[in-house]
Amino acid sequence: MRWRAGETDSRTDTTFLLFSGCVYGNECDVVASKCEQSSVLLKELRSSMMSEGSSFMKGLILGGIFCLVMSFFETFNSGTHSEGHEHLHHHLKPVSKDELQKLSESQMSDWTLQVRVYCLIMVTPKLLVHWATANDTWSKHCDKSVFYTSESSKALEAIDLQEQDEWARLRKAIKHAYENAGDLRWFFVARPTTYAIIENLKYLVLDKDPSQPFYIGHTEKSGELDYVEYDSGIVLSYEAMRRLIEIFKDEDRCPERGHALWKTPEEKQLATCLKYTGVFAENGEDAQGKGLFNKKSVSSLISDSMGQNPADVVEACCSDMAITFGGMSPSQIQVLMYGVYRLRPYGHDFHDSLTFLPPNDSDND
Amino acid sequence: SLVNCLLQTVMLNFLEGSCLSGLMIHKEQVNLSITNNHGLSLVGEDGTLADTLYKHVRILCWVMTGPNNLEKKARHVKATWSRHCNIVVFISSVDDPDFPTVGLNTKEGRDQLYWKTIRAFHYVMDKHGDEADWFLKADDDTYVIVDNLRWILASHSPEDPVYFGRRFKPYVKQGYMSGGAGYVLSKEALRRFVEGFRTKVCTHTSSVEDLALGQCMEKVGVVAGDSRDTLQRETFHPFVPESHLTGTVSKTFWYWNYCYYPIVQGPQCCSDLAVSFHYVDPSHMYLLEYYTYHLRAFGYKYRYQPPEPNVIQDFNAPDKVETGDIEEKLGVDQQEGEKKSPELNEKL
Repeated sequence: MRWRAGETDSRTDTTFLLFSGCVYGNECDVVASKCEQSSVLLKELRSSMMSEGSSFMKGLILGGIFCLVMSFFETFNSGTHSEGHEHLHHHLKPVSKDELQKLSESQMSDWTLQVRVYCLIMVTPKLLVHWATANDTWSKHCDKSVFYTSESSKALEAIDLQEQDEWARLRKAIKHAYENAGDLRWFFVARPTTYAIIENLKYLVLDKDPSQPFYIGHTEKSGELDYVEYDSGIVLSYEAMRRLIEIFKDEDRCPERGHALWKTPEEKQLATCLKYTGVFAENGEDAQGKGLFNKKSVSSLISDSMGQNPADVVEACCSDMAITFGGMSPSQIQVLMYGVYRLRPYGHDFHDSLTFLPPNDSDND
Repeated sequence: SLVNCLLQTVMLNFLEGSCLSGLMIHKEQVNLSITNNHGLSLVGEDGTLADTLYKHVRILCWVMTGPNNLEKKARHVKATWSRHCNIVVFISSVDDPDFPTVGLNTKEGRDQLYWKTIRAFHYVMDKHGDEADWFLKADDDTYVIVDNLRWILASHSPEDPVYFGRRFKPYVKQGYMSGGAGYVLSKEALRRFVEGFRTKVCTHTSSVEDLALGQCMEKVGVVAGDSRDTLQRETFHPFVPESHLTGTVSKTFWYWNYCYYPIVQGPQCCSDLAVSFHYVDPSHMYLLEYYTYHLRAFGYKYRYQPPEPNVIQDFNAPDKVETGDIEEKLGVDQQEGEKKSPELNEKL
């Protein structure tokens, strides 16, 4: 059994530390002495496990008690932290229709300019089919879309970051995007397996000031950390990007390459770094509270709804103003393009206050 | 022998006639149709144009189904697109007052399809002839966007003998309409169909429902119309959207020899204002309902801007102020009585 030193900032990590090291009482002696970060408690454990036969059971029991003690301390600590941060579990909704109707002409054109989006699409040659699909479809609706790849491909153009580590690659892409943003103020980070309706993203952030920090998507919780799920797309305002660039310089709080032998997913690393700058994840939803960011495909969501809400399948399923879906094949995406940008029932009009024109170089929308 | 065959045909026709009239009497008691009171409106929309068309282009939809398919298929039609028809009737072999379905004393099976069709049209003519202007037939695996059907039909008169669908070219000189993709008869077309059976000009010639009906239509002088949009893109589709959009219909398939108009694959296969798709399974029905009536891109200016049907002016109250556009398009005489449609003459 290898003794793994690592971060102990979560309950599961701590327990794993103890169990992985001390399954066999005999080995524990040898392994423990090799551990760089042994603590007093651990030394006590080792000595108590010297006795034969019952060493395993003792290890289990002591590990369990240690685990409970650690979690008690954690809750106690985070209890004192959360008082000042009501920002957690924030729900972000689009501007109301009433507010939109009150807009003046000049405000409308201001907002149309302000709400332009820079899309960062993080690709790898392994995902070539999805890369090509994104290239042919939704990425054309971004005001600027840049593909960032781990290594170049002859088939498609991208900025080659020459970086295999996903977190390091994301950092580089963010830096590049920030430096090349021009006057674009909203940023959307996605993998090519995600499909995005950029117009609905603009609708969500329409009345939000990008010189304020925003970090939006489908939020999940990991222990005390709220983070935006990568698979359903990440939205960042210009200010959030600026703070991110700053904290990237801090190798202690936001390291480029972690010390851990197991890797924390980039989505959580991003959330942690942003948290240090005072930026917190917000869940994007519509006026009815339905999530706008999905990592599942439309057909998958419909199937789920048929099971859960057979009397009201479509109403209960997904938002009319949904922004992202995931895991869809290229053919399904062709149908989605047709469904979003073309197919409609005649005579039902939405007099939307803003107009977004179709892109110049496509025929499927 | 030939004599036997002739005798049987005469017997069948006689039985058929008495059977049909018998049916009508029986059905008086129970109301097995669904009448929707108004069009469905979408969240945050302005549906005035759709509402106007709902009132003035009244469509009765009848859906071909059977007792074994009520829970599997017809139920999902009922939960989705049939709600947009003015009246909907589910046609089966057996009455079911709960669903509700109308049973027309047929058996089940592919060889019964034309019998069901003949009886269904007679039934809807008898029960609802005065309550609708157009009469649509669809299968329980057809998805129909009724609002778009109204857009096409608004430019035509229900007094014209015409029917629309996905036009096929073999066997019938003027072509005939695919059964699976759905087809719609004007009131006059329906009158002539029923009259045709009364006078024996039309009979049960075969069980290939769409072809047999097409042959009857030609005999009674009903025109096979052109249902394509103003960019010549098809609106009625014999397959699911994916097949048409991604061009995956095999070149050896019958389809390639059947279509009356040139086949287009890829994005231009299908009008933005598509009317129907076929072979649509239940989850696909809900998917299409979501794509058509719910999911949209905020503020997006559609590339295709369909012209308003030129009779909208007539439909609206005389004292309502219309926009300049509609005034220009109005080259139609506004006299009472027969409305002639220039498009109809062009498409003949």
